[in-house]
Amino acid sequence: MSELIKGATGDWEMVIGLEVHAQVVSNAKLFSGAATAFGAPPNSQVSTVDAGFPGMLPVINGYCVEQAVRTGLGLKAKINLTSVFDRKNYFYADLPNGYQISQYKDPIVGEGRLLLDMPDGSTREIGITRLHLEQDAGKSLHDQHPNLTFVDLNRAGVALMEIVSEPDMRTAEEAALYITKLRTVLRYLGTCDGNMEEGSMRADVNVSVRRPGAPFGTRCEIKNVNSIRFVRAAIEYEARRQIDILEDGGEIRQETRLFDSVKGVTRSMRSKEDAHDYRYFPDPDLLPLVLDPEWVKTIEAGLPELPDEKKARLVAEYGIKPYDAWVLVAEREPADFFEAVARGRDPKLAASWIMGDYFAMLNRLGKSVADSPVSAESLGQLIDLISDNTISGRIAKEVFEAMVETGKAPATIVEEKGLRQVTDTGAIETAIDDVLARNQDKVAEYRSGKDKLFGFFVGQVMKATQGKANPAAVNDILKAKLQG
Amino acid sequence: MSVDPATVKKVARLARIRVDDAELPALADEVNGILHFVEQLQSVDVTGVAPLTSVVHRSLPLRADVITDGGDPEKVLANAPDRLESFFTVPKVVE
Repeated sequence: MSELIKGATGDWEMVIGLEVHAQVVSNAKLFSGAATAFGAPPNSQVSTVDAGFPGMLPVINGYCVEQAVRTGLGLKAKINLTSVFDRKNYFYADLPNGYQISQYKDPIVGEGRLLLDMPDGSTREIGITRLHLEQDAGKSLHDQHPNLTFVDLNRAGVALMEIVSEPDMRTAEEAALYITKLRTVLRYLGTCDGNMEEGSMRADVNVSVRRPGAPFGTRCEIKNVNSIRFVRAAIEYEARRQIDILEDGGEIRQETRLFDSVKGVTRSMRSKEDAHDYRYFPDPDLLPLVLDPEWVKTIEAGLPELPDEKKARLVAEYGIKPYDAWVLVAEREPADFFEAVARGRDPKLAASWIMGDYFAMLNRLGKSVADSPVSAESLGQLIDLISDNTISGRIAKEVFEAMVETGKAPATIVEEKGLRQVTDTGAIETAIDDVLARNQDKVAEYRSGKDKLFGFFVGQVMKATQGKANPAAVNDILKAKLQG
Repeated sequence: MSVDPATVKKVARLARIRVDDAELPALADEVNGILHFVEQLQSVDVTGVAPLTSVVHRSLPLRADVITDGGDPEKVLANAPDRLESFFTVPKVVE
């Protein structure tokens, strides 16, 4: 999928690569025993290691290493059994050591891949260049005081996985799909909670433009974009900015830029002019990290069923459409919910109910599958009532609303409200005869070719039967009678 | 390998070390002296030898994922040159 952008002088193509920083799910930090929980009072989760006190030595958290390996395996990537920690040197108020412990030449995870689920049901593979472990910096608050910046080091030293993609994406939409899919995979693996609002996932976006088929252009890096919507907006803006410069005969300067989410623009980050001169060198406080291949195998054996496999299985086992399967597996809970509902029932009906009325209801109430007022069991019972013709699909919607409100079983609601479908053709025929008798003029119009009126007759019959007539029976009998 | 005064100036800036321009040539000479001394290592044939990150022949020890530290803002803030409530404070750095 390659969508070109029209410029004044011809077509342009975007080239996008992403560096996603994903916070590792762990109790303690990467190199200290301080806690990682979000939202704690300032500087209450800081050890002397995190605060860069002289003489403090880092000791790596084995679980963070395990999480990085697990993520690598989930991305079908090469696990490097020997990796090295380096110091990335730069000065900033929220980086007490003056360097970040990161991995440069020898990351823990090498090349892998991620499959994007395209809206047409196809997939597109994006290369993963590498994944490395590194420390997060602290948090600077610039808006608390007229001339001071406040620094909270709670986040300093928390383990991050930096996941770098190949420059394989060609549209802002693909970049959005990439982050969505990566988030899904990380959440399945339980290695990152994917909470972008709390900063657990942030993206640096590399954008360049070129003439279709031409070599890559000079890229700009947009730092720290913290929502999928902003990633899309930042890319759209940045590509347009670069095209305008190039079409005016200018040149793109390789630089780091910031996305201003209020104005929807990117602007140059002057302070980062030397940003690419980090003077990396191996951290003398840390030995190379050597992994036991057996340990890696144990982690691999414990991997959960991942979204791609689950999607393929739902398509094969239940015969639903690939894109529907992707919508269901995007989170683990809806996928489990679907399987609980669909087992032993019509899977397509189950899928359409879950993705239609059920998801709409969750959205409306701001609830998730876990705290939904309708259980898989009762939605299954509702579908049973449709399948055995006790109620029509239309009446089922009414029953569903009552289930949400009252929490009662669907069969109980059907009995209490007298919603049982009329399948007795005699009763339906009587209702139809009555409607036709009352609308002689329309019958004549219909017979002279105005067949749009068919819907009108159906509506009248349904009204006369309070919606309880079996729609298929109504259609058949009505058609026969109108043809006279 | 050798460095010129301009490189010394850049490195000093990256390391946040203030150096007067007048000192740069002398510093460049000193740095070059060190580089030339270390350069003797280049005469060793290291073909087929893997790069060495540490001279200690053991693997990195791993720590359990248990909270054992933190919870004492006063301790980490005790030596802060400037603070407000439980924050470190620094002259405003705005991007």
